[in-house]
Amino acid sequence: MEIDPFIFRLSIFILSIFIGYYVVWSVTPSLHTPLMSVTNAISSVIIVGAIIAALAGSSDSVFSTSSIFGFTAIILAAVNIFGGFLVTQRMLQMYKKKKGKK
Amino acid sequence: MISANLSAVFYLISGILFILALRGLSSPDTSRQGNYFGIAGMVIAIVVTFLSVGSFSASLAYVIFFLVIGGAIGAFIAFKIPMTAMPELVAGFHSLVGLAAVFVAIAAYLNPEAFNLGVIGNIKLASLIEMSIGAAVGAITFSGSIIAFLKLRGIMSGSPITFSGQHFLNLILGIAIFVLIFYLCKSQSANIFWTLITISFLVGILLIIPIGGADMPVVISMLNSYSGWAAAGIGFTLENTALIITGALVGSSGAILSYIMCKAMNRSFISVILGGFGADNSSDSTKEKTDQKPVKSGNAEDAAFLMKNASSVIIVPGYGMAVAQAQHALREMVDKLKKNDIKVTYAIHPVAGRMPGHMNVLLAEANVPYDEVFELEDINNDFANSDVAFVIGANDVTNPVAKTDPKSPIFGMPVLDVEKCKSVLFVKRSLSPGYAGVDNELFYRDNTLMLFADAKKMTEDIVKNLD
Repeated sequence: MEIDPFIFRLSIFILSIFIGYYVVWSVTPSLHTPLMSVTNAISSVIIVGAIIAALAGSSDSVFSTSSIFGFTAIILAAVNIFGGFLVTQRMLQMYKKKKGKK
Repeated sequence: MISANLSAVFYLISGILFILALRGLSSPDTSRQGNYFGIAGMVIAIVVTFLSVGSFSASLAYVIFFLVIGGAIGAFIAFKIPMTAMPELVAGFHSLVGLAAVFVAIAAYLNPEAFNLGVIGNIKLASLIEMSIGAAVGAITFSGSIIAFLKLRGIMSGSPITFSGQHFLNLILGIAIFVLIFYLCKSQSANIFWTLITISFLVGILLIIPIGGADMPVVISMLNSYSGWAAAGIGFTLENTALIITGALVGSSGAILSYIMCKAMNRSFISVILGGFGADNSSDSTKEKTDQKPVKSGNAEDAAFLMKNASSVIIVPGYGMAVAQAQHALREMVDKLKKNDIKVTYAIHPVAGRMPGHMNVLLAEANVPYDEVFELEDINNDFANSDVAFVIGANDVTNPVAKTDPKSPIFGMPVLDVEKCKSVLFVKRSLSPGYAGVDNELFYRDNTLMLFADAKKMTEDIVKNLD
């Protein structure tokens, strides 16, 4: 009997929750704000779904209803990806400057 | 065009890079490297997606075009945003993730062939469940974050909005979501799908409006968690490992932060969600007390004198410091004190501010070295051995009532033991109670000197007097 691939994905999901649990507890409280902005940025990896939806249109009809949703989602996710990583970088840079001064 | 197996391997790699990104945050030294891992993971995921779709039609140009537009907007925001606005920025970003999840789910529902999920009207059952969960959670995240954003930005009042039957209504709508998903699976009807999304938007709004301003740290963390679960739901739909791993990471991260915040307020998650806390503040007894008890108040000169003659000072910042943007003036004051060989440290309560780690970022912005900044449990014993506690913009988190009066709404909440200092300087605009609606007993202590002024102005005046 074959195992449904869904079970594999579920296993990955559950194991990742555990990894997340232990990794996040080890994050120092002073970096909780960067933690939030970086999780924000990485959850925008949802853009892969948006790209698939956007590229699904044929060359004569780039914009179907579904691909328009895809294109819009690309903009939203891209704002988040760039905004999230850059603002995190900006914050973490401040934590560095002080160390240099010391 | 690369094979599905190969792209799955790359998605796994990008998932691992995201784990390393979070791992990096365990210390400020490794955090920047962590962020680069995160960026690398994102680049891999996006490039692999392009390669696996493989059809470089006219659409590709548009995809890149929109990617650049979104990226430019994001970069602009990231560079322009003042650090004091971080809470609302994060809330705003959460809403974007939520909405993106909804849109991807809609796109998948309208064009299931593109995602290998079957055909319209006959989408695979499992995929349909996954995408409707993703869409529902995404919609709740979106509208909830918008409300949180409006409250944090001050566009909407931060006080809780409650009405009778509110919880019952939420319960009904919550059940409705599950019923709709069930019928959606049976009928595949588009109308049910749209109704599901609409109701979820409504639930998001109703969920956040009863929650007051100072409970925002919990709300932001919770929405952070939701955005993760929404991403995971979509990840299952798309059978994409990177998305599943990320969703799980973000989901548990937000959940842990909510837990930490609730614990720091000694409140249960449920009671925060039900909201209404601090709605009917300033009971009569509180007002009487205010009238009767004598308060010592002083000016910048007194404060400067006290601190100059101290050998150790502990700074307790709170939301008021953020509002007044007093962190730079504060740093200036501390520099002066240090020149006089006074030991200065900072004590941060976990829920000070409007989001987890809010105060740390503001102090970091003002170039305060992070090894001078301590968390509640690490510094609380030091108050007894210190000369001056300088409370700037914090209130409830210093209230000794939390330790002494079992009837108080904040009883049991871990607080900073500022009253154990030889003297306490309390910068505040007035004697008004804090968010919890509880009068702060600290105001009337013999060793407390109230400095009634705007936090920034007072700090600047003290700086002048320190010369």
